[in-house]
Amino acid sequence: MSWKKHDYDDIPGTYVFDGETSHSGYALNKLLFSFNHEESRQEFAGDPSAYADKFALSDAQKKALIEDDFLGLLRLGANIYFLAKLAVPRGFTIQDAGAAFQGIETEDFRANLTAKADDLEAKLEKIGGYWHG
Amino acid sequence: MARIVGGVTTSHIPAIGLAMAGGNENEPYWKRFFAGYEPVKEWLAKVDPDIAIVVYNDHGLNFFLDKVPTFAIGCADHYENADEGWGLQTLASFDGDVEFSWHLAESLINQDFDMTTCQEMLVDHGFIVPMALMWRHLPEWPVQAIPLAVNTVQHPLTSARRCLALGKALQKAVESYPDDKKVVIFGTGGMSHQLQGERAGHIDVDFDLQCMESLITDPEWLAGLSNSHIIEKAGTEGIEIIMWLVMRGALQANVNVVHKHYHVPVSNCGAGVLVLENAEN
Repeated sequence: MSWKKHDYDDIPGTYVFDGETSHSGYALNKLLFSFNHEESRQEFAGDPSAYADKFALSDAQKKALIEDDFLGLLRLGANIYFLAKLAVPRGFTIQDAGAAFQGIETEDFRANLTAKADDLEAKLEKIGGYWHG
Repeated sequence: MARIVGGVTTSHIPAIGLAMAGGNENEPYWKRFFAGYEPVKEWLAKVDPDIAIVVYNDHGLNFFLDKVPTFAIGCADHYENADEGWGLQTLASFDGDVEFSWHLAESLINQDFDMTTCQEMLVDHGFIVPMALMWRHLPEWPVQAIPLAVNTVQHPLTSARRCLALGKALQKAVESYPDDKKVVIFGTGGMSHQLQGERAGHIDVDFDLQCMESLITDPEWLAGLSNSHIIEKAGTEGIEIIMWLVMRGALQANVNVVHKHYHVPVSNCGAGVLVLENAEN
């Protein structure tokens, strides 16, 4: 038996969170899910390695977790929404994480987002009916 | 008889919640985005709904990956918000309407939508950010709220077409309730964004605007797209746009546009707002 292939497998730079990924990342995501609780976040901050050992992670997952290696964690099965429960309390923004995925500075990542608005007014006017505040 | 007074689409981005908590609405980054909600608030005050059905996805607060329902509906007297690890302020609890919830669940299941019923349900930013956007200026929530959660987190997901069909079933469910209730439906999430991978930061303004127009005049166009196609165009998290079709399906074929607003970027996302009313009331 093998995992089914999907159309979305070929989208570059994209890790669709499906059954195959969720299965491989289950223990890791369970750890990340525990960060909904402040006491778990504190316990992890106090001794990351000991905390990781409670969740039966693979060696690679544990290493990526302790090193805040977001791209590594993603490739090892972390779901992005669960990954945010690690990143945000540790002081990273979603843009910091995005920049880390791309290996660029957060400032540049933000500038790329801002550039999306470059010709917005013209586009909205062309279609018509938009509120302009 | 209960009736649908209209539908609203909105983003539910956590950064919006943080901006509201920080009172940052008039800062240059946020001003245009938030100003575009004032007409929505005015419309809501005018139509004065009794109940809001909020279509959203849970992001790992109520549902872990051990059990992932494709469609889930709240059937509780109250819904609590809680810490989801994203630094958001926890909001006051929301009153539900259990008789109405169970009526919806029964009607939807009788129409072959096999809902998961939840008698305890924590609601995360996907639900609370829209509620706060609409009603944070009031001392308490002016409506009873019904959470309707769609799995957009773990594939395989339901399809855009199925979401439109769920909306159509939801219209029948609402309109078969004997009590006089005014119901508004919120379709939340989107628009284009990708949070993860080397393609993080992907936004497609043209696709977003195409979705906005499709929602108004031709929802069949969006409903006909495959999930893979939507992910390619709108990003992995942009797939949330399928939840807007639940709202749209609950309205008539012909709708009037009360308000149309689009802003980019908001955090990593394109953000669209629609207020739609049935053309024939």
